[in-house]
Amino acid sequence: MNSLIPVAPAPAMSEAVFAFTLILLLIAPLAIAGVALINAGLGRSRSAAQAMLGNVAIVAVAVVVFALLGAMIAGEAAAPGHAIHLAGKAWRWIGSGRLLAGAAAAPGGSFHSGQLATLFEFLAVALTAIIPWGTGADRFRLAAGCVCAAVLAGLVFPFFACWTWGGGWLEQLGANFGLGAGFLDLGGAASIHAVGGLGALAVVWIAGPRKGKFPKEGFSMAMPAHNAVYVLFGCLLSLVGWLAWNAAGAVLWRQAPLGELPMTAINTVLCASAAILATLAVTRFRFGKPDASMCANGWLAGLVASSATAGLVTPAESLLVGLVAGVATPLLVELLELALSIDDPSGAIGAHAVAGLWGLLAAGLFAAQPGQLLAQLVGIGTLLGVVLPVVYLLFAMINRVVPFRVDPDGERVGMDLHELGGGAYPEFVIHRDDSYR
Amino acid sequence: MKYAGLLVMPAGFFLMIAALVLFPDPSRRAIFMACGLAIEGLGLGVAVRGHILPRGDSRP
Repeated sequence: MNSLIPVAPAPAMSEAVFAFTLILLLIAPLAIAGVALINAGLGRSRSAAQAMLGNVAIVAVAVVVFALLGAMIAGEAAAPGHAIHLAGKAWRWIGSGRLLAGAAAAPGGSFHSGQLATLFEFLAVALTAIIPWGTGADRFRLAAGCVCAAVLAGLVFPFFACWTWGGGWLEQLGANFGLGAGFLDLGGAASIHAVGGLGALAVVWIAGPRKGKFPKEGFSMAMPAHNAVYVLFGCLLSLVGWLAWNAAGAVLWRQAPLGELPMTAINTVLCASAAILATLAVTRFRFGKPDASMCANGWLAGLVASSATAGLVTPAESLLVGLVAGVATPLLVELLELALSIDDPSGAIGAHAVAGLWGLLAAGLFAAQPGQLLAQLVGIGTLLGVVLPVVYLLFAMINRVVPFRVDPDGERVGMDLHELGGGAYPEFVIHRDDSYR
Repeated sequence: MKYAGLLVMPAGFFLMIAALVLFPDPSRRAIFMACGLAIEGLGLGVAVRGHILPRGDSRP
């Protein structure tokens, strides 16, 4: 049933395209820096140092585990992989990559897209792993965060990356079943943001809400972001990273000519801009004044949605995609918090998971090829039907061994003092918190 | 209820895959795939419902 399928070697890239894409990938980590700042800024000041250290540690763990294990599972599109044969078709489900990122080595000094694809996946796994960390802010232990990052980087992300970018069965839906060009995930809306966002949902379900967030005598307590400047600067930093990320994805996964990249960049900016304007208008209408945290989440939701659509749609469609993402984000925050008692300080479930899924759907809705919408729906169905249950199960097992949640005293004094022994702002006066009564 | 919902979701996924393999006709394939997605949605709804905190005095 299972067999190793050989494929043609990776197409050689021109030196100019290789150099340009490499430069894009060297700029892309600014998106990771931006998301890290957003994660830290949206939490409370008593946990800021632990939040930022966690972001850095998780990036490190994710990259090391991906090099040791994940890169072999993810494989390369142009390298052999293992496939199950079903209904006369080969369903490639796992790659057979080389240990310690051997795919990034240049054979005989030549340039090929597989080297850059491996680098793209290294950056992608780092971003994926820090998304759940922000959701667990103020109660998620650093050790548990690192173990979760290891599981995401070693198992969950590599399988999905193999299916979407490594010549896997989702990518082959077009060739095997005539579904458009197969499942398209050029900027990582599925492999990075939806996987990370669904991981965030699993974390919040397992760890539970922050103490005092949902008091007995009311619906929920507001726990505002401790530093809106970090959050909004993180948004601007993310834009630079996202521009590079979406352009590099278009070159690597769709072989887009360089002449198409300015439009990809314009679509990215338009999507994010439409989203933040929509969020601004909705929060102004709902609360009387625009809400900085929700606007930041709206901006991020627009960027995430653009990850799926920027290389595929027109500017007008990009505006529409951003508009929907921007309107949905603040409404989702309210729904999750008030109706579903989900305490998500960084808003990752709305801004990464839901916006990512919306972007993937929109890429199918606006596609010219027949069957593309069905291919996108299969990808979305895989995320909800396979990734979420598997991540939840894995995280629940980790929680038995390395408890996610800090003890109540640690939560009261703050994660900085409890886990690091010192705060991010030692000269600040800490005020009494009325949520602990 | 939490786990029941999470178990229903892969069932929807397998229905989608079955539709892909069994129905070459695009319209019938689309209908069955939509049903698969609906089942996943149902499972997600049950899982979400299972994780909602109780209200009032029964809240921890």
